[in-house]
Amino acid sequence: MKLKMLLLASVASVGFTGPVVSQDLEPCENCADEMTLVSWGGAYQASQVKAYSEPYAEMTGVTFVWDESSNEAVAKLRAMNEAGNVTWDLVDVVASDAIRLCDEGLARPMDVDAELADAPDGTPASDDFGDLLVSECFIPQIVYSTTAAYRADVEEWGGKEPEDICAMFDMETFPGKRSLEKRPINNMEWALLCDGVAKEDVYDVLETDEGVAQALAKLDTIKDQVVWWSAAAEPPQLLADGEVVLASSYNGRFFSAIEEQGQPFKMLWDAQVFDLDGWIIPEGLPEDRLNRVLHFVKFATDTQRLADQAKYISYGPARLSSAPLVGKHAELGIDMAPHMPTDPENAKNTFLYNYEWWADNRDDLDAKFQAWLAQ
Amino acid sequence: MSENRGAAVRFESVQKSYDGETLVVKNLNLDIARGEFLTMLGPSGSGKTTCLMMLAGFEPATHGEIFLNDRPINNVPPHKRGIGMVFQNYALFPHMTVAENLAFPLQVRGMDKAEQEKKVKRALEMVELGSFGARRPAQLSGGQQQRVAVARALVFDPELVLMDEPLGALDKQLREQMQYEIKHIHENLGVTIVYVTHDQTEALTMSDRVAVFNDGVIQQLSAPDVLYEEPQNSFVAQFIGENNKLTGEVTEVNGKECRVRLPDGTELVADAVNISGVGGKTTISLRPERIEVIPTDQHQNQVEGLVEELIYLGDHIRVRMKVAGNDEFIVKVRNRGERWDLKKGQMHKIGWAAKDCKALDAVA
Amino acid sequence: MSSTTTDTSSNAMPDDGVVRAADGTPLKKRLARALRREKLRSLMLIAPLLIFIVLTFIAPIADMLFRSVENNIVEDTIPLTVEALADWDPASDELPGEPVFAALHADLLIAVEERIHTRLGSRLNYESSGMSGLFRKTGRRVKRMDEGDYTAQFIEADEDWGDLETWRVIKRFSPPYTPGYFLNAVDAEQTSEGLQLKPENERIYLTLFNRTIVMSLAITVSCLLLGFPIAYLLAHLPLRTSNMLMILVLLPFWTSLLVRTSAWKVLLQQQGVINDFLVWIGLIDDTNRLVMINNQTGTIIAMTHILLPFMILPLFSVMKTIAPYYVRAAKSLGANDWTAFWRVYFPQTIPGIGAGAILVFILSIGYYITPELVGGTSGIFISNRIAYHISSSLNWGLAAALGTILLGLVLLLFYVYDKIVGIDNVKLG
Repeated sequence: MKLKMLLLASVASVGFTGPVVSQDLEPCENCADEMTLVSWGGAYQASQVKAYSEPYAEMTGVTFVWDESSNEAVAKLRAMNEAGNVTWDLVDVVASDAIRLCDEGLARPMDVDAELADAPDGTPASDDFGDLLVSECFIPQIVYSTTAAYRADVEEWGGKEPEDICAMFDMETFPGKRSLEKRPINNMEWALLCDGVAKEDVYDVLETDEGVAQALAKLDTIKDQVVWWSAAAEPPQLLADGEVVLASSYNGRFFSAIEEQGQPFKMLWDAQVFDLDGWIIPEGLPEDRLNRVLHFVKFATDTQRLADQAKYISYGPARLSSAPLVGKHAELGIDMAPHMPTDPENAKNTFLYNYEWWADNRDDLDAKFQAWLAQ
Repeated sequence: MSENRGAAVRFESVQKSYDGETLVVKNLNLDIARGEFLTMLGPSGSGKTTCLMMLAGFEPATHGEIFLNDRPINNVPPHKRGIGMVFQNYALFPHMTVAENLAFPLQVRGMDKAEQEKKVKRALEMVELGSFGARRPAQLSGGQQQRVAVARALVFDPELVLMDEPLGALDKQLREQMQYEIKHIHENLGVTIVYVTHDQTEALTMSDRVAVFNDGVIQQLSAPDVLYEEPQNSFVAQFIGENNKLTGEVTEVNGKECRVRLPDGTELVADAVNISGVGGKTTISLRPERIEVIPTDQHQNQVEGLVEELIYLGDHIRVRMKVAGNDEFIVKVRNRGERWDLKKGQMHKIGWAAKDCKALDAVA
Repeated sequence: MSSTTTDTSSNAMPDDGVVRAADGTPLKKRLARALRREKLRSLMLIAPLLIFIVLTFIAPIADMLFRSVENNIVEDTIPLTVEALADWDPASDELPGEPVFAALHADLLIAVEERIHTRLGSRLNYESSGMSGLFRKTGRRVKRMDEGDYTAQFIEADEDWGDLETWRVIKRFSPPYTPGYFLNAVDAEQTSEGLQLKPENERIYLTLFNRTIVMSLAITVSCLLLGFPIAYLLAHLPLRTSNMLMILVLLPFWTSLLVRTSAWKVLLQQQGVINDFLVWIGLIDDTNRLVMINNQTGTIIAMTHILLPFMILPLFSVMKTIAPYYVRAAKSLGANDWTAFWRVYFPQTIPGIGAGAILVFILSIGYYITPELVGGTSGIFISNRIAYHISSSLNWGLAAALGTILLGLVLLLFYVYDKIVGIDNVKLG
């Protein structure tokens, strides 16, 4: 697939640090001088502050207000929209939520090439982002992945270590509790992959009732050993407490547990599922605020800024042209490249999340998945 | 009253202390005869209620023994003592009907249903509430509730019934009516009743004997008339009925009489009841209705007093005078329709017989 | 004032049996006028509260009730299609005719312009998977369609347009009001064969409603069992000690709910404090640690702890009013300790039990955070699904229907309680 090639290509060039050209900001006419940004809080939001808003504020004097509401952004945006009072200027959401918001008419479609910066070499933004533009309202920022990690000190495993995602389903070789996300996405795909379905057939199989039954049957084999998580901070904690031995979460969460806290976990990159996170601009902003947001977004999603963010968190920049600019972690001083989900070592076997398919089938599968959970 | 069997209740050197420092009941010895109506009378904190609670089994005696029909009951729990009790606030169970309240003691005794119903009916009729069995206590008036409480305490035929200020919450008229009712029930059933009250009228009206409590000690145990006519000490004289106090010094003791000199020099002749001897201090107790405003020779004691206040009360006139330095001296003048020449601010001569004033222990 | 009279024959007033005031107006009217001022003034006094309640309580509930049946979106987005479909029989085996497709084309042209076609897609996707994609995809194509033979062009754009089921769904959901959300909320659906339960692997809400009620009852009972002795102690200990104990009871109120729930995680998990202790004293062995969290046990333990004060406080205030002489009276009447308690003391605490139980039950039936954090999969409540539909799937109609049913259940239980115990038999103090 094109997306995968693009990601791999971006990784291949990591390390070649290109010249950092500090570009002059165009003046902003008829622009508000305060912005309310919505993000996830924690280390991720901190990386955005460092890489995007601080430099921008320095150059323009704009005041930033941060709201840590991304996990309920979809519902809140809809409520704001119904009330006719949208107080947010720019909202950080995952790609699937961006699609939903776009479908609901709550997010503003982008004219990508006109409104986003070209790459330094003149490549238009639409090519630089490429397939990551999964919705016309979505402005990609980072590539992250949902992947697995395990404790490296489990005695019952007798020295063996998981090599692929199917270890998750192998109770004999790798006994112990697991932690998986309390939703069908990713889990259903992994179950099918480990039940002998070819990668390219996964969604075709999942579209049939038999396929759903097959995936759930596979999950049934470990159901009583799974602690289901709903917040991504839970699995690293569960691993750290020894409550579980294998867990799925976002690669950045595991990175900070392993590298920053020194937890005895190892990453299991196999069959990691790439996902995207980025901005959407709410529909219906007044002109001055919209002008400001567009001005900011153009700056904050340019090649250099996206690369800068990777200094603070182990998520890959969404622009092809940013990849060569990724360097070392700002505090730990370690090379970030090997910790990126897109690093060739890590991305030997990846799985591509089908946004369109899930947008269509999420409600249905979720009901089935929850019904299965409740049994 | 004084039958030849053992006492129904006997307190033997009973002491009670709550805090281990002060005694609320000091060495109580008391025999209550079978069928007797005995009232424990005293101000609050005098130890009367504590005695009742020890008898009922809700408070353990700190020392001494209580006997019920000659059987020691210190270690018998309340529910096995078989004593009926009427509480100050009736303590009718609010969630049960009147009939259920009455049936409760019978049920816990395992009596069969038919028998229960018969007894409940009879008890209700006894207190003239025959048609109220299906009501809740809250639907009854205070007097009716009181009757139910009495009926409930009697329905299981206890030999002994305790009543803890049962009429305290009723108004005056009802209280008087209930006093007679309880008295009649007692006479008809012949149960032993121990009754606690701080109301002397109640005590005098109903009791065979009254035990006047003060400071954890029985001050006097007598029949009501004796209590009034012949108080043994100043406390009893003061507590029962109205009383004038004159304090002085005994100058001479002559058999049952003594002479007392008051601080202003007046000498009085009094009944020597409780004096320490010549030279001792004494308090003379004198009932206001025994004082005559037109004294004759029969009245050995005659003094002059200043009329301070006159209150017309219909059947009598209440006169407050200043006598021998005591300006709270009360004289009750019966209204016989005669002209009387008492005037406020005038001196007047009054007199009383020696037997009517009792020389008792001195009070400050 | 003397002219007010009922004896109408004695003066000039009409003989109609109406009592009149001095000026001849009916007395009732006069009285009403006199009282109106007073009523108005008291209305002014309560107006702020009334407005507050209407805005924050009545209005949202009314909105919720409305949302659970409201379905204007289909008619508003594709009005011509809905009209054209009126003649089509969904039971027939034939696709709607060309006029319907032409109407759809006209509708979609406008809808795409206004960017509302995807919203309709999302709405219909709740009923039938794939609708969201169908409308998104068709939306991109509709501008490029040529005039004439729209049927073929639509089917070429997406073959689902040639599927009868697609049209049946559109037809079924074209009225402005729909029972669809409610049917979904009870695991039922309207199919071409009529009303029936969903396939077994999609049924979830009945289970959840059932579980929510059963577990709320379990929580209520355990709150009662734990709270009763504590309330009894509080009501009967000397003031100093009971005040101390009361502070301990209220302590949880002063700590954040999240902190308390997280504390239970630390305590109850398999590598947690309680399990460690049990292993240490040798009661259980290391390989058989108890599973006390991420299941129903965890939810019941944590919620009992959180809701316990709501049981203790009403119980305490009721017990405080039960005079000690009742039990004494019972004992003097021959009842032993147990009988005195059970027959005399306990029945008088029922108003407190009622109030506490209703409080705890209603709070737990709508509880959401704690089950989400410690309930795992078997310990989650219906409220967790409501939250999911509000914040994630954006299926607010279904969330509203679930909420309405929950509200109805609570009212029903109130009614049952009223029938059995009597709602006037509830006392908070």
